[in-house]
Amino acid sequence: MGSRASTLLREEEIEEIKKETGFSHSQITRLYSRFTSLDKGENGTLSREDFQRIPELAINPLGDRIINAFFPEGEDQVNFRGFMRTLAHFRPIEDNEKNKDPTASEPLNSRSNKLLFAFRLYDLDRDDKISRDELLQVLRMMVGVNISDEQLGSIADRTIQEADQNGDNSISFNEFIKVLEKVDVEQKMSIRFLH
Amino acid sequence: MGLFLDFNPFDNLLCILLGISFTVWFTLLLVFIIVPAIFGVSFGIRQLYMKTLLKIFEWATHRIERGAKDNNHLFVSDGNRDLDHASEFEMSDIFYFCRQGVESIMDDEVTKRFSAEELESWNLLTRSNYNFQHISLRLTVLWGLGVVIRYGFLLPLRVTLAFTGVGLLVVLTSIIGFLPNGRMKNFLSEQVHLMCYRICVRALTAIITYHDSENKPKNGGICVANHTSPIDVIILASDGCYAMVGQIHGGLMGVIQKSMVKACPHIWFERSEVKDRHLVAKRLSDHVEDKTKLPILIFPEGTCINNTSVMMFKKGSFEIGSTVYPVAIKYDPRFGDAFWNSSQFGMVNYLLRMMSSWAIVCSVWYLPPMTREEGEDAVQFANRVKAAIARQGGLVDLLWDGGLKRGKVKDTFKEEQQKLYSKMLVGTQEDRSRS
Repeated sequence: MGSRASTLLREEEIEEIKKETGFSHSQITRLYSRFTSLDKGENGTLSREDFQRIPELAINPLGDRIINAFFPEGEDQVNFRGFMRTLAHFRPIEDNEKNKDPTASEPLNSRSNKLLFAFRLYDLDRDDKISRDELLQVLRMMVGVNISDEQLGSIADRTIQEADQNGDNSISFNEFIKVLEKVDVEQKMSIRFLH
Repeated sequence: MGLFLDFNPFDNLLCILLGISFTVWFTLLLVFIIVPAIFGVSFGIRQLYMKTLLKIFEWATHRIERGAKDNNHLFVSDGNRDLDHASEFEMSDIFYFCRQGVESIMDDEVTKRFSAEELESWNLLTRSNYNFQHISLRLTVLWGLGVVIRYGFLLPLRVTLAFTGVGLLVVLTSIIGFLPNGRMKNFLSEQVHLMCYRICVRALTAIITYHDSENKPKNGGICVANHTSPIDVIILASDGCYAMVGQIHGGLMGVIQKSMVKACPHIWFERSEVKDRHLVAKRLSDHVEDKTKLPILIFPEGTCINNTSVMMFKKGSFEIGSTVYPVAIKYDPRFGDAFWNSSQFGMVNYLLRMMSSWAIVCSVWYLPPMTREEGEDAVQFANRVKAAIARQGGLVDLLWDGGLKRGKVKDTFKEEQQKLYSKMLVGTQEDRSRS
């Protein structure tokens, strides 16, 4: 019981996370016990191996990219705050949040932030542009060996052609938003919680 | 001198008191526990104990404030609705994989089977106390009392019994080993095994309810059960005689194994032989064909699962082609969690935890025998047996492999997903090229 006591979540921390992410008290405690059960090294942080131990994630074609999204640039460990911050992107947008004060900072689960999360899955080198190569690589992850290079290349070319507006042969974040303006991002990138 | 004289009478008194209490202690032990174990009868003491404990736990739970809590899922999974638009690639396709991935990070079906089950009520053992931080004074006192009873009274009692049981097993089976092979030897060996296992059952204060005993495994068959802990063996073997299968260990386990095999034929493998699947299969099928030999006891999951689900059965035992007698074992976690998390505790630590719990309460169901049908391969047969066991024990039937506790998932599963997605894309590509 000793080591467990030192990693118990304090009330102040829960309040801070609540403010930052919008999760409720019970959701935070529930996700905290999930975090600790994944943390095999019991050092308060998760490494990439801890994520890869989840079989359903390991067989996801984009598993590695998703895991990467949890780790800030150049780091190998993520603590509970970082974990919650990333998960917050998938909180559904509630109606009473939609018309909030425009001067308040944007919530993590806004439509724009959800799109940014998805954009970063494509943008492998984090240079704020999706190049043809990057698109090809992500496509290759999703289809495996089942589609030839030429076919994949033509899919990538067509996608860039449709999205690219300023002619630089890559997709910027604004162009990305434009392409997906008719898609119900709020529903597709949200996970409905029970309480 | 006066002082010296004062000590002697007290010393004497102390010795006499100790002597009397030891004698009383051992007599009680003998009468109430060991003798019934030898003859297989029960005074019903354990049932009474169980009822009392249940009442106390209910009271304890009412004292603790609990909000509504859903123990199984944190979120509602929407399933695979998103990818069935069956058209060309869109940048939004990534959302599907993305959401699946994050859902599995929040909660997945597999990793939670390898840690102990969460309880709804508290059974006064701090080891099950994950979420209960609010404790009132009365409850703490009760818990303290519980600790005193469990460690001060129950634990020494049980350890004594355990040593008695194991010691008797080793000694008596070695003696029986000297007898010539024949009916007398088999009969005696059965009686000795049963008696020692019954003592061990009492050493754990295991309260077992056997259902459908008419389906008990017979000679020449294979008994298959779900695996939660090494105690499963003791539970099954105290009600019937089986031939055990396993690897030879060193140390105390090895001594026990070697003496057991003198009295009746168990199947022990050297470590090197375990990898050779043909050798294993051959020895098992040889044993099964000899109808005078006892039924084999096998746990096809290959590892301990936390008793909320049944994981994939390894097909080896189902290829042998004899009758399979499935058995479902379900533990009641309210009295003590029997699951052995071998990455967290070693064997000795685990046994100590078992012996300092309140009791081990479980139900054993003997299911009707099954045989492999025409046109069914070993894997399908294994899955059919697994489904029957899961249904009877009220456990979740999972396709995932218990080996995932330690190893990584096979790449073939990922390749399946990629194939499915590609089919969706390529289907439309072919249409385009045709037009």
